[in-house]
Amino acid sequence: MLTSLLILLVLGLFLGLVLDASALVSKLEGDPLVVRIDAILPQTQCRQCGYSGCKPYAQAIADGDAYINQCPPGGDAGIHALSDLTGLDYKPLNVEHGLTKPKSVAFIDESLCIGCTLCIQACPVDAILGASKQMHTIIATECTGCELCLPPCPVDCIEMLTILETPENWRWKYPITPIMTDIFNSDASSV
Amino acid sequence: MSGIIQFVRHFMQEKPDPTPLSHLFKFNGGIHPPQHKAESTLKPIGKLQLPEKLTLPLRHHIGNFPNIKVQVGDYVLKGQMLVEAEDMISPAIHAPTSGIISAIDEQLIPHPSGLPELCITLTPDGKETWIKLQSTDWRNADKNQLLSNLRNSGIVDLGGATFPTHIKVPTNGSANVHTLIINAAESEPYITCDDMLMRERADEIIQGIYIMEYILGAKKSIIGIEDNKAEAIKAITNACSAADQSKIEVKVLPTLYPSGDARRLIYLLLGKEIPHDKRSTDEGIQVFNVATALATYRFFAFGEPSICRIVTMTGNVESPQNFEVLFGTPLESLVQAAGGAKLSTQHFIMGGSMMGFNIPNTQVPIIKATQCIIASSPDLFAEPPAAMPCIRCARCADVCPVNLQPQELYWFAKSNNFENARKYDLFDCIECGCCTYVCPSNIPLVQYYRYAKSEIIAEDQSANAANLARERNDFRLARIERDKIEHAQQHAARARQAKESKTVTINDDGTQSTTSSTFKEPTTIDNKAAFNAAIERSK
Repeated sequence: MLTSLLILLVLGLFLGLVLDASALVSKLEGDPLVVRIDAILPQTQCRQCGYSGCKPYAQAIADGDAYINQCPPGGDAGIHALSDLTGLDYKPLNVEHGLTKPKSVAFIDESLCIGCTLCIQACPVDAILGASKQMHTIIATECTGCELCLPPCPVDCIEMLTILETPENWRWKYPITPIMTDIFNSDASSV
Repeated sequence: MSGIIQFVRHFMQEKPDPTPLSHLFKFNGGIHPPQHKAESTLKPIGKLQLPEKLTLPLRHHIGNFPNIKVQVGDYVLKGQMLVEAEDMISPAIHAPTSGIISAIDEQLIPHPSGLPELCITLTPDGKETWIKLQSTDWRNADKNQLLSNLRNSGIVDLGGATFPTHIKVPTNGSANVHTLIINAAESEPYITCDDMLMRERADEIIQGIYIMEYILGAKKSIIGIEDNKAEAIKAITNACSAADQSKIEVKVLPTLYPSGDARRLIYLLLGKEIPHDKRSTDEGIQVFNVATALATYRFFAFGEPSICRIVTMTGNVESPQNFEVLFGTPLESLVQAAGGAKLSTQHFIMGGSMMGFNIPNTQVPIIKATQCIIASSPDLFAEPPAAMPCIRCARCADVCPVNLQPQELYWFAKSNNFENARKYDLFDCIECGCCTYVCPSNIPLVQYYRYAKSEIIAEDQSANAANLARERNDFRLARIERDKIEHAQQHAARARQAKESKTVTINDDGTQSTTSSTFKEPTTIDNKAAFNAAIERSK
């Protein structure tokens, strides 16, 4: 009786220690739900959701302060993915936050740019290159198309260019082939 | 029990391989579509008249935009380099003839998208003045030097994927390629360009194989030819025996599509399967197309860069034939040379009947990847009947040469279940079209796989872009926070300095030294607190 109790006690202590140790070893940094929500968000950092970036919005969703339908660049697919992850009901995009647009990049008309650096300060991903009183330019591959550089520009020299289809980014289309389903119907009508 | 099984396995492995060297292996599946090869092999390889303009696309499907070395209005000589090989994948481009660069702009290119792409347009002057050519004494040259020469030759593998030859040859000669396989299978219907090349220029091909062997350091070479090319086999065998070299072996393969796929050919000849995440060079095997061997020979023996290739013009034209065509030649010239297209021609296909794609119009140029052009008519390629539901007969799995599960991939691609499609090794699919060919429900299976592949690639790209944006945004926020802290520190330091100078004056009085030190402390604590708070925030 006593030995069995002792064995169980020792075993329990030992397993408890193992659990504690493994909890220490595999400690998760930050809130895993926020990280997973953030991974779905498109990372344009455009603030159309009303938060200061994608991570703050992810935090707000996790805290229950914001709903999952506030991200226009993520589009319908993004809302569905968030709905799958969080278990919240799907709702169409809240148009108060904007509409989903085709992907675009900012372009600076370099003949008009006065080199004020305001757009550089506004860019959330440091995709604008330039210095005070020097011409600025956009690093197109880094630009997320957030449009945050447009309002601060005093001479309106920045425009958004929609990314056009080229042989490189062209995709094969979903094959649309008529499926013959009416053979049964035609049979039925002849009978 | 398991011990016995292990022992038996061990015993079986120990047994020496009873198969003789000439034995051929067989991959799964494959099909026998109608050949249509005889039509275009009746006449020898023809020559084209110099067209009015040549259009050279700057990018060969893969690789970045290369470095253009000419401007509009420049006069260039035949063989002059127009575009440098900048990164590893894009090949150099040379002027196919002498003339004037008349434009560098967007033109339609032969691509399934039918979209335009940046091209150099060359207007020939008709003189065909060559640039000064220099042959290479390759037998006594440094292999690295040969390789960098090859980089400037513009030679790509003239099979299908058109990888530049210099990236297919491992650098610094350290890779231990022991076997060179020359792909002369040409298993796709309609295409006969390699067949005619072997019939007419076997000697030069053998010379090219020697050069390749030397650069690769390969110990032996195998030429794999399908048995539907009797004349080519004869010509190559004769050339081999004439060259008196036993290092090159000619192996005749049974006609079966798609034996011409590099990995299928390796398996057929050596019985070795290359793992899907490895290249054949990792296993010491390299595969080159037979036309590449010829181009390599012409480059090293005469200094000629890659400016032309053999193209099969067949299908619904008056007299199907193979032609030696300069790159950039508009398709129309080729069609004219073959007697013109018959009236019932609807459109043109680039490539064979299994893997080819429709080209947008007859102005598009012949490029390095163009093996064959088929004029298509309703008689040759009937409109496929409407697709019916998949009945899971698994005939597609029976013929799949890569041992995939096409029926499963179809369901995944159709339902946009890309994660599972990837799990079922969608990217190992070579798009050979065997599954589509045998499907009793006429489902365009390969179209679904292509769709799924390009969607997955686009998904991956946008995920990468999002990760990059997240990283840059995080970095920016951290930087702003760091700047804030640094500013605070500088401010505090300045304040401290001012106070210290104040303290000194007080000390001069010699009365209030203690108060000054107590006065100083709280500010440093405040600074520290602010500093820690800022660090907390940045986390």
